Amino acid sequence: MAKPTSDHPQLAEAFNADEPRVDWHDKTLWFVREKRDKAARKVPEWEQLRELASSIKAHVLDNLREYLLEFEKNAVANGATVHWASTPEEHNRIVHDIIRSAGESKIVKSKSMLTEECHLNDYLEKNGVEVIDTDLGERIVQLANEAPSHIVLPCIHKKKEEIGELFHKHLGTPEGNADPVFLTTSARLHLRQHFLGSRVAITGVNFAVAETGEIVVCTNEGNADLGVQLADVHIACSGIEKIIPQRKHLGVFLRLLARSATGQPVTTYSTHFRKPLPGKQFHIVLLDNGRSERLESADFRNALKCIRCGACMNTCPVYRRSGGHSYHTSIAGPIGSILAPGLNMKENADLPFASTLCGSCSNVCPVKIDIHTQLYKWRQVIVKEGYTTSAKKAGMTAMNTILSYPAVFRSSGRAARWFLRNLPSMFDHRANVWARNREMPSAPAESFRDWYIKNRGKNGKS
Amino acid sequence: MASREKILGALNNAATAPKVPLPEMMKFNSPSPQDVENFAETLRAIGGTVVFGKTLATVKEYIFQNYPQGARIVSGISTVGEAPLSSEPQSYENVDLAILRGEFGVAENGAVWLKDENIVLRVLPYICQHLIMVVCKSDIVPDLHYAYDRVGDASYGLGTFIAGPSKTADIEQSLVLGAHGPRTMVLFILDEIV
Repeated sequence: MAKPTSDHPQLAEAFNADEPRVDWHDKTLWFVREKRDKAARKVPEWEQLRELASSIKAHVLDNLREYLLEFEKNAVANGATVHWASTPEEHNRIVHDIIRSAGESKIVKSKSMLTEECHLNDYLEKNGVEVIDTDLGERIVQLANEAPSHIVLPCIHKKKEEIGELFHKHLGTPEGNADPVFLTTSARLHLRQHFLGSRVAITGVNFAVAETGEIVVCTNEGNADLGVQLADVHIACSGIEKIIPQRKHLGVFLRLLARSATGQPVTTYSTHFRKPLPGKQFHIVLLDNGRSERLESADFRNALKCIRCGACMNTCPVYRRSGGHSYHTSIAGPIGSILAPGLNMKENADLPFASTLCGSCSNVCPVKIDIHTQLYKWRQVIVKEGYTTSAKKAGMTAMNTILSYPAVFRSSGRAARWFLRNLPSMFDHRANVWARNREMPSAPAESFRDWYIKNRGKNGKS
Repeated sequence: MASREKILGALNNAATAPKVPLPEMMKFNSPSPQDVENFAETLRAIGGTVVFGKTLATVKEYIFQNYPQGARIVSGISTVGEAPLSSEPQSYENVDLAILRGEFGVAENGAVWLKDENIVLRVLPYICQHLIMVVCKSDIVPDLHYAYDRVGDASYGLGTFIAGPSKTADIEQSLVLGAHGPRTMVLFILDEIV
């Protein structure tokens, strides 16, 4: 898949060329947000749960080293093998080595945003391993040779007719059939064969419990479970921040996760993998990739609390109207925009600016990450580091001068009012980005300051 | 392992003080006579079928009425259906119906908890076309906090909450029951499991 060379504004503009489609995408995601609201309102203690989850995660982050060691000790005692990877490359090598040792060249994988972060599929394919993504949404984007556009709803950007066409081409379903039930059943039959033929299954990890060394994987489809139980080798890929202290804390997180993500009370399957069966292998790969570094930042460490529910994406007006692919990174939307600049500031400098700072994301986040505050703070870091456009730099420098000197402010205002009254067409210039979708205001006859002096006198007396 | 030391070292450097203490867990709800009805209602809302009965005779009758003679039925309950003898997961590919006993149900989300001994064979709850589970009426808890109290520090190899049949809404948000796991799920809430 080619790396996009455009930034969010350019990609979003391309997405917005099809207005009816944008409306459809917008409405669909808002519908998911509404389901989340209905579910949250049914839980009287919802806000207390959010606070509890946020505090538990804050405590974990303060003691991450100790909890990781506890998790490793218990997982190993249970018969799992725990691997540590500093970088995505190392992670991919470790996973490939396990597959190679098993003598396999075709594997199944359930949803794991971490493997997207590492571009694992590409790496494995280059090294002769065929990867079948088994989550229906992920299989659809895999067949379309695209990246998922949402962390929970991978093909939310696709219409059923497009999926029908894709299945006709790759699965042999009748042309023109766009019935979701028929298409899902076809995918069930098609993927079943892959499940039965695969001896290695890769899953993600929703939660890793330090106290017991178990991991929890949540799905609606049952694809993670079917894959693992038909395989001889289970490879579970996890970020180091997925740790929670004790088994009973799962009660808090599992009550929040599905309700925040899709409005369901819980996912169909919440499987606690603890010990492999005799003769089978259970590998857990722990990835750092900048997480330990982020922990050192008081401003940005709270992003590590994320439980990957996607609620922020569903509510974000910019995400809803620009689509996940406009973010050109493995995780899109508000949370993606505060994670990606930490991984590669140059490539992702545009993302924190893809926001109106409305704060809706922070409002729905089940672990109370201050997303909109971090978006704002990233902007300041990015500008200080020089990763902003020269046009923006020039504009801000000019504004700085105008706002710093009262005399300059007054003469600039006078000039602007004159031009708006006498030469309004000059504001139609291409360079005036503001005027692209807005009308310029009409110019008042005098400034407020002039009116005030005339009517109240220089010292405020009539 | 170089990366392990590197990561643990980096985490050591990132350590700050003072540290946030682990918050106290609280109880939000209490067991109530409504729990069984709430559980049934919630499970129905997420695509499960709920049948009340006195004993396993209700289950046997249901199977007799709904499954043809040739159906392959594998069961974790000794008095109903075929016991899983093979440990080869692939050999269960053609199982039409699996019957498993659940340890308890959770009213707030319609989920049923099972672990090793109830699951019997790990692939069984996922590979079957249809799933029947059986729980005792007196084994319904209000919410997940009570659920984890009940699970306690059990040393299982595999434990799972199953809430209804497998499903997906990946195609234009249309809910389809039956993804990769069982296409239907029927839960029997019995007075006694005999």
